[in-house]
Amino acid sequence: MNWINAIVQGVFLGGLYALFACGLSLMFGVMRIINLAHGDLAVIGSFAVWMVATRAHLSPFIALLPVLPAMLLLGYLLHRTVLARSLRSGPLTPLLTTFGLAIVIQNALLQIFSPDVHSLGSLTGPLSTGSWRLTDQLSVPYLGVLILAVAILLLGAFQFTMEHTAFGREMRATAQDPETAALVGVPASSVYARATAIAVATAALAGTFLAIHSTFEPSSGPTQLIFAFEAVVIGGLGSIWGTLFGGIVLGIAQTIGAIVNPQYSILAGHLVFLVILASPRGRLIATGSVST
Amino acid sequence: VTDHPNPAISSWRVQRSSAASRIGSCALLFSGLALFAVPHFFGVNVVQQLTSLFIFLLLAVMWNALAGYAGLVSVGQQAFIGLGAYGTIFLTQRGVQPYLAMILAAVASAAVATILSLLLLQLRGGQFAVGTWVVAETIALLVSLDQELGGGTGISLRGLNVYPREIRTAFTYWLTLGFASLLLFLLFLLLRNRTGAGLHAIRDDEQAAASLGVRVWPLKCILFVLAGFGCGAGGALTLANTLFIQPQSIFGVQWSAYMIFMVLVGGLGTFEGPIIGAILFFMIQYTFADLGSWYLIGLGLVAIAFALFLPRGLWSLINNRLHIQLLPTGYHLLRL
Repeated sequence: MNWINAIVQGVFLGGLYALFACGLSLMFGVMRIINLAHGDLAVIGSFAVWMVATRAHLSPFIALLPVLPAMLLLGYLLHRTVLARSLRSGPLTPLLTTFGLAIVIQNALLQIFSPDVHSLGSLTGPLSTGSWRLTDQLSVPYLGVLILAVAILLLGAFQFTMEHTAFGREMRATAQDPETAALVGVPASSVYARATAIAVATAALAGTFLAIHSTFEPSSGPTQLIFAFEAVVIGGLGSIWGTLFGGIVLGIAQTIGAIVNPQYSILAGHLVFLVILASPRGRLIATGSVST
Repeated sequence: VTDHPNPAISSWRVQRSSAASRIGSCALLFSGLALFAVPHFFGVNVVQQLTSLFIFLLLAVMWNALAGYAGLVSVGQQAFIGLGAYGTIFLTQRGVQPYLAMILAAVASAAVATILSLLLLQLRGGQFAVGTWVVAETIALLVSLDQELGGGTGISLRGLNVYPREIRTAFTYWLTLGFASLLLFLLFLLLRNRTGAGLHAIRDDEQAAASLGVRVWPLKCILFVLAGFGCGAGGALTLANTLFIQPQSIFGVQWSAYMIFMVLVGGLGTFEGPIIGAILFFMIQYTFADLGSWYLIGLGLVAIAFALFLPRGLWSLINNRLHIQLLPTGYHLLRL
């Protein structure tokens, strides 16, 4: 029974990782870059929601309303100022600049907010602590269900946008061949800037749920980036529903690892990731043979 | 120089070294030899500072070998830095003499790098970057779970306290200088020989290089193992210089930040760049490290600025004006 409970909790944890992975996967899919500051942008979102919620005594979900548009704008500006230029100078430069950005964000947050650990869990009341108790040992947390539902909705919205809207068509065209897309009137930089804006906003959403679910601090970013990346790779790069699957595999690995010993939780996730990377499927992912 | 029937060709000559590179290599060789004498003339503090400078130099050279020539941006070289340090601890706990243990630990890091290369080198670009990071985090977790290696609280290197402080710092310094010279020399050989043309081609365009018959995989593998060895040595030497390590600092991603900063500022993909970068970084750290997070914000911003506006670093400013190479790794075409 303990194991079944761990698997159930792992599925809900996977929802959170899938939420983090959405934006990372979107930027990789459209621009072929991995944003090493993704986790830190999410933590900016956590701090922004925390500031609004505590200063104005609001629920974190209402505090999200002004924060999300601000994060959209931040993502848009991030692309226009830094990423657009770094994309022009070869495949390595975006990695170097986003890594530099990650260092800057972490230390700026540390300077502004001190290294204290915060949580939004206390502000959401029974939502973050309550659960449906099915049996003595099996319970379904309200928050887990909410996060998983949001992740599924968001991924579904991504899928719909990609397949059925003009913007999705522009993104797919630019991802396949930016020069040709530009020839038919789809400027890559504009598509990239909008995709970055969306990715950063979803990162902030994920950061908010992380803050409600557990705790956050200025140095939380890299861990979330790594989990998001693991989810994306396990699920197959570029695959929308694969991201959800990858997040859930990672979440279950961590909760089962935690049963054996709480210290093994994160380690178990890393090991599952490395085993999948070493497997034939990992080789397919690495060479780009697995796609949507 | 051979006479060619076609005068258009016979009036050109291919030359490997120039006056500048002859002076440069001699200066580098002599300053390297002269640096071995430092412990005879200066106090313990100067020797320790110089040791940390040469550790930074070693790490910068290794990171540049990966990113500058093989196109592999690693955010996880701290895996090997930590392995070198904890390998030394592990061996000394089993009665191996500390300095011998440091060399063996560096070799062990190279062995681990060989195994990991099979897994990691199949990844491209950003995937490789985060993949190496995951490996570093995994090894850090495994080490911090091992109580014999001090767990998460850290551990001291025993066995070096039998030497007087002056002798100990001098030995560590000489070993650092030895490792740095050895790795610079190995990299120089790689760049000067047939492999060098291949590496330069991979640096400029991996796919084009592969299509011209450059065997990309073995070259990348050599550099990854060499970097594993060098970073392992860097970790072991850091341990010998500070005598105490903790998993979260020796496996910390800040090492990658430092390496990226040094290489970007000095000059990515140049032999001379990381040397300049390491000296600059050492001076910056000496002056500003007390500023804490402001110092790191500054480092990050400077690294971003260099990546965007001067991707070949400070060395390119010198090189573009004067066309100097300190070491004869390339070819020059001269009109007779």
